[in-house]
Amino acid sequence: MTLGLGHKIYQYWSTPAPFRIPITPAPSTLPGVVLRMLAEIFLFKSLFKANKWIWILGWVFHASLGLVMLQHIVYFQQQPPVWIYQLQPYTQLAAYPLLVSLSGLLLRRFMVDRIRYISSPSDFLMLFLLIAIVSSGLLMMLFWTPNLYEVQQYFTGLLRLTINPLPDHFLLYLHLLLVVFLLLIFPFSKLLHAPGIFFSPTLNQADNARQKPHPSPKTGNDNNG
Amino acid sequence: MANREYTVPELFKHIETPKIEPDSMRLPGPFKAKPNHQQALGFPDELVDNWQQKAIDAMGQAVKQSRGLRVFLDSCVKCGACTDKCHYYLGSADPKNMPVARQDLFRNVYRKYHTPAGRFLSKLGLDWLIGGQEMNQSVLDDWYNYYHQCSECRRCTVYCPYGIDTSEITMAARNIMSNIGVGQKYSTEVISKVYQVGNNLGLPEAALQNTLEGLEEDIEEETGIFVKLPLDQVGADILLVAPSADFFAEPHVDGLIGYAKVLHESGISWTFSSKASEAANFGLFIGNEDSMRKIALRIREAAIDLGVKRIVFGECGHAWRVAYNYLETLAGPFDFLDTSYPMPQHICEFTHDLIQRNQLVLDPSRNDDKTVTFHDSCNVARASNMGGISGGQFSIPRDIIRAVCNRYVDMAKDTTHEATFCCGGGGGLLTDDLMEVRVKGALPRMTALNNVVEEHGVTHMAAICAICKSQFSKILPVYGMSMDMIVSLHQLVGNAIILTGQKEVTHQKIEDQHHLL
Repeated sequence: MTLGLGHKIYQYWSTPAPFRIPITPAPSTLPGVVLRMLAEIFLFKSLFKANKWIWILGWVFHASLGLVMLQHIVYFQQQPPVWIYQLQPYTQLAAYPLLVSLSGLLLRRFMVDRIRYISSPSDFLMLFLLIAIVSSGLLMMLFWTPNLYEVQQYFTGLLRLTINPLPDHFLLYLHLLLVVFLLLIFPFSKLLHAPGIFFSPTLNQADNARQKPHPSPKTGNDNNG
Repeated sequence: MANREYTVPELFKHIETPKIEPDSMRLPGPFKAKPNHQQALGFPDELVDNWQQKAIDAMGQAVKQSRGLRVFLDSCVKCGACTDKCHYYLGSADPKNMPVARQDLFRNVYRKYHTPAGRFLSKLGLDWLIGGQEMNQSVLDDWYNYYHQCSECRRCTVYCPYGIDTSEITMAARNIMSNIGVGQKYSTEVISKVYQVGNNLGLPEAALQNTLEGLEEDIEEETGIFVKLPLDQVGADILLVAPSADFFAEPHVDGLIGYAKVLHESGISWTFSSKASEAANFGLFIGNEDSMRKIALRIREAAIDLGVKRIVFGECGHAWRVAYNYLETLAGPFDFLDTSYPMPQHICEFTHDLIQRNQLVLDPSRNDDKTVTFHDSCNVARASNMGGISGGQFSIPRDIIRAVCNRYVDMAKDTTHEATFCCGGGGGLLTDDLMEVRVKGALPRMTALNNVVEEHGVTHMAAICAICKSQFSKILPVYGMSMDMIVSLHQLVGNAIILTGQKEVTHQKIEDQHHLL
């Protein structure tokens, strides 16, 4: 995943973007662009303008996912910070909106004729995959909890390149397997929207064509000679 | 390839999102380019041998040369935010006119041949899993048809959470098609004329000179003042580059008279150029950088030849986009111009500035026979700016209209400013062989206009784009409205200006003149 993603980011970085194509009205300064990007990344501003249903489902999904992932830090640190434990009763709750929003997104794919038309099997599979990961996690949290100390030992061990035993637990194996699969397909799937948004020229370019020359990489602006 | 029978959509109070009707706009597409026009642009005469592979290779090249294209193709999550944003979808209900579906015509081929997942799944025979699509005749037919049902207006981009720009994909697809020998007649013919004669309409210098002299007489007859419309005047301060439709088409020419009056009153010397007698750059529409550069360089050469200090652009939407965002990159640097003025400048910025400084004598009551609304042209709204102030491309034209008209009304908020709907004829679609596409694509704008006509008694819609004006004069009657409703913004300015030394005319006289126009 890291390699694939690294390659992709390098690719985006090194591909030229010769023309100014910011979608206007656009900010004309760098701080303005940073603000615009933050509003897109954290608030999904354009999506909010487009469709409130997709926005609420998408935003709740990403926000809950963030909280749930935050909570998973405990498995990767020998001595996790205290605040993570203090927040745990709340962050744990994020699993519910996570599942609800995913179901909502799936339902839209089935119900709205326009969305059904543009969905390919992989779009459904991606949602099923996420729902399976969340469901297995939720089941472990509620009913059938593996030995979490051993899970923590396993992952902190991996980080030090030693292999400790993982608890023999079906749901845990399923959960981890699906996550590994998700990470594997990350650089090859639509999950590329995550790095992609940072490189999107319509969003990240400043509207400053008249203040700042943008010479052509092809001719290097040698039209004088 | 004549137009088939079709029903003109009915106007309702609201712009409804239709249920999908697959293949409802499955047409042969516009007329194909003639061999001589293809040659003039450096494209092959006809469909080349082994075109499938050549198209695939060209796609690989395109992606390598454009970060935007690469990011846009990879990033779409099929959220559906754009599906009800395209005027062609809203007017036609064909699902391939939903922006994401239009992109997918390209993206599915890209996935199969140019992504690791696509190549891998293709080997396993699992293309269907991610929608991988082989490059074949039916794909080419769909490309030709549906990439000519996109006006590259970028309304969908405004609503995309990743800023995916369908116009970039449309341009890339059109460029690939041109390069395998399938160009569009209208755009290639127009570009050939620019190469040969200097403008889209093929007006030679003598005709241009004649037209300008005729207009000088018209202005003198109307006002009693001689206003010079100079052509190729070496040493003038300003080179005015207008779309060639402004020289004779209605209502464009009334706008040109408006520019002339404003420039005359400014006291600054100015000139048209016969070499750059065209602001438009159709190279943008066909996504071909070489044509775009060649067309842009004419303006640079004309500016050098005439020794001007400034370049001002007339009312033309995509021309302003190219001028504002591309010109420096294509044909710069323009360091030989006077750097104390913005390069380039829009005629609206110029007029606005004069109004602000009280340099024009205006009588807005001369437009009292009109209640005016304003159509934001897509390329001005979403791909440029005016005045260097945020949203200046919206406020400056409106400020001008309010200064020259007493009655102004905006159309519904979700149809103006950055959310504006394309006129339906932009992006190289302004041709009679695409009339059905143009009529259906105009539905959202016609709906919004009809509403302000009924609610506020709007009589005229002003625009600052030659394509919008031509499209509306043709489409308004189709929707039961008068073709005279569409006016140039500078026509309103021209009506209201009282030239220095001009005797006040009575309102009766103005009425008569309107009659003559």
